[in-house]
Amino acid sequence: MSYGSSTSACRALLVRDFSLVWRRRGDALNPVLFAVMVVMLFPFALGPEAAVLARISAGTVLVALLLAGLLSLDALFRSDLEDGSLEQLVLSPHPLPLLLACKILVHWLTTALPLIVAAPVLGELLYLPRDVLPVLMAALALSTPLLSLIGAVCVALTVGMRRSGMLLALLVLPLYVPVLIFAAGACNAAQQGLPVLAPLLWLGAALALALVLAPLACAAALRISLS
Amino acid sequence: MNPLVLWFHKLGSPPYFYRLAGRLLPWLWGLALIGLVAGLYGGLVLAPADYQQSDAFRIIYVHVPSAWMSLFIYAFMAANGFIALVWRIKLSETLAMAAAPIGAAFTAICLATGSIWGKPMWGTWWTWDARLTSELVLLFLYLGVIGLYHAIEDRRQASRAAAFLALIGIVNLPIVHFSVKWWNTLHQGSTVKLFGPSLIDSRMLWPLLVMALATKFLFAASLLSRARVDLLELEAGKDWARQVALAGERA
Repeated sequence: MSYGSSTSACRALLVRDFSLVWRRRGDALNPVLFAVMVVMLFPFALGPEAAVLARISAGTVLVALLLAGLLSLDALFRSDLEDGSLEQLVLSPHPLPLLLACKILVHWLTTALPLIVAAPVLGELLYLPRDVLPVLMAALALSTPLLSLIGAVCVALTVGMRRSGMLLALLVLPLYVPVLIFAAGACNAAQQGLPVLAPLLWLGAALALALVLAPLACAAALRISLS
Repeated sequence: MNPLVLWFHKLGSPPYFYRLAGRLLPWLWGLALIGLVAGLYGGLVLAPADYQQSDAFRIIYVHVPSAWMSLFIYAFMAANGFIALVWRIKLSETLAMAAAPIGAAFTAICLATGSIWGKPMWGTWWTWDARLTSELVLLFLYLGVIGLYHAIEDRRQASRAAAFLALIGIVNLPIVHFSVKWWNTLHQGSTVKLFGPSLIDSRMLWPLLVMALATKFLFAASLLSRARVDLLELEAGKDWARQVALAGERA
């Protein structure tokens, strides 16, 4: 019996996941709405002074996007587990890390990319200085895939649990801390007129490493959770 | 079979380990107690006062050994987790999970004593220094491992998942260790060095080394005590566990 090539399996999985998201496209906007809400809370809490808000703007946008990503992580395997297709993925003859990498890619494209697109608007709400914006966008472009990859490994560990929300945050956030430090480090350096390349290069190096290792780790974690 | 390999295989069997640990425990607790008393007496009474901080420096006799233990126990837990995942040895799963709360306790002690010292010396309970922050992340990693372990119903699956998480978190260990070197922030660099001369007077150094040894024994004793209980719970249906329980009832 022939199973087709791994490429065709990946293509089928991508088409399936995209069409699933497309049929419930209203939900795809939820992370963006959440991030807008979080950012909106800060002027209420700290007062609307432009100078104060501009100082914390880049960090606030990063944290808001990180939290929105954290909340959307749970959906990565939830529906697949419920309808049993996750077990089929694990049982399939194709390499599981490759299939999971496709799933993570779709997840990043459908949840993190809208957030990145919304980031300039969020920054404008907090009077983000114009010259920091390109650095913030670069930091987001490098850090959000990293967050999705790290998050996917932790989600795979908690996949069978009924109330995993708080636990997932406890597992994921310590691992998110270094990413946030480097991303915010680049933005703060830009705000003070210092060179920004070093933290961005660190993020890029971590992303390159995670691109290779995270799908493997995610597959191993999933096998433990479903065993 | 090579006697050493044979012994190693025997060690992996829960009833054998249970009995061996039971015989070792009084010694380990005794050594830990003697070491702690000697180290604390040496540190709090015999060691001379610091020329700058006077008696306040003496908190290092708790702070530094706890900090070393927080890293050592994490490495121990991750190594056992690795063994548990690769070779599926039940004992390693138990040991890794029994080590996690002890490591978390040492990490918490390290953070607490550090901030008690920091208030009079740095003038603040807490600062977002690289060493402090990475140690705090280490505490959260421990708590994550413990949380994940208790969230899964099946004990063996739970310990495998938690062991995997512990392995991922090991990237934090070099960050904690080298944080004082990579970032030049408030926490001082390492004074006691494994290679090369330490930057501390020998009258102050020996109680510190005694404490470091005593906390190792304390960890070993605490670990074996916890592991014995966990093994009994895990193997509750087995005959040897029944016999242990019956013998305990008769005594």
